[in-house]
Amino acid sequence: MLESLLMKNGLLTAFAVVGLAMLLAQGLSRLSRGRLHGSAIAIALGLIGAALAGGNNGLADLPLLSGLGLMGGSMLRDLAIVATAQGVRLQEFARSGWIGALSLALGLVISFVSGVLVALAFGYRDAVSLTTLGAGAATYIVGPVTGAALGASSEIMALSIATGLVKAIAVMMATPFLAPFIGLNNPRAAMIFGGLMGTNSGVMAGLAATDPKLVPYGAMTATFYTGLGCLLGPSLFFMIIRSLCPT
Amino acid sequence: MPIFGTALLALCLLTGLGLGRLIGAALGLDADIGGVGLAMILLIVLGDGLKRRGLFLGPEESGVTYWGQMYVPIVVAMAASQNVRGAIGGGAVALFAGLLVVLLSFGLVGLLAKSKGNSEDPS
Repeated sequence: MLESLLMKNGLLTAFAVVGLAMLLAQGLSRLSRGRLHGSAIAIALGLIGAALAGGNNGLADLPLLSGLGLMGGSMLRDLAIVATAQGVRLQEFARSGWIGALSLALGLVISFVSGVLVALAFGYRDAVSLTTLGAGAATYIVGPVTGAALGASSEIMALSIATGLVKAIAVMMATPFLAPFIGLNNPRAAMIFGGLMGTNSGVMAGLAATDPKLVPYGAMTATFYTGLGCLLGPSLFFMIIRSLCPT
Repeated sequence: MPIFGTALLALCLLTGLGLGRLIGAALGLDADIGGVGLAMILLIVLGDGLKRRGLFLGPEESGVTYWGQMYVPIVVAMAASQNVRGAIGGGAVALFAGLLVVLLSFGLVGLLAKSKGNSEDPS
């Protein structure tokens, strides 16, 4: 009886299950004394769950959790991502000046190029997979948005999310230790850091563990990174990769 | 009313995705070229314009804000519905690419942060 109730209301079941996962992730984040951002832990939990379930659609293949496919499908995902652009003030960005724009552009190009190079080294040769993996090295959002737009396979999408997640977690953990060596102790450096790293959760948790006063400056540039990545990933970057490997 | 905000959001996304498809078709591709990014630009521009005319206030804005705040949970659901087992064989790609980019970026932060114009730095 309960089972059919949960199955009939799949999307509601998914909201409840993801809510519980977020709660668990927040608890684990507290155990790490905030060093690991709750959102990164929650996404890792999602990937682990999908790996345990197996199948082409991860946990969404279980009839009870089929609502996850709707909740995490391209329609609601794109809606939520576009909604994050609300409240972005272009004037704010102008205040960070040319160094903000330069770090943003460099950050996207470096992520993308290093992602594509590693993918090439591992034997990926088709333009769609290469672009999706390169975009994943930008953030765990830019990767799947690019992959979905270009029609990448689910394995490539999962790899692309995982790449962005590795990046986010590495930034969270390494920032407090590396900050003294790279001069990350003033607002200007924090804006450069946000633009180059781009991964929002990584930048915020990393700066919070370094010096909470720097968080808004890093967030200011990082906010633009995902949006710009979603714009350039499936357009300019894909065109470049496609012209280089015409398969 | 919040639905006005959500409707604006949905229209921006639909327009962006439509434009992305058109650009794709113009290039001879069956793909959406930059649609989500275009939708974000549309939302920023339209939202800003409507706000200046006093047509996009708290209640309307909340219809967009809610979806923006749902973004991490939705990404969790997306991660949970991918073919992760099929991807595990290639997991090293994710590890190497993720770590390489972080390493390079930290180096660049150091270079740019110590570039000129940093004289106000107290340390």
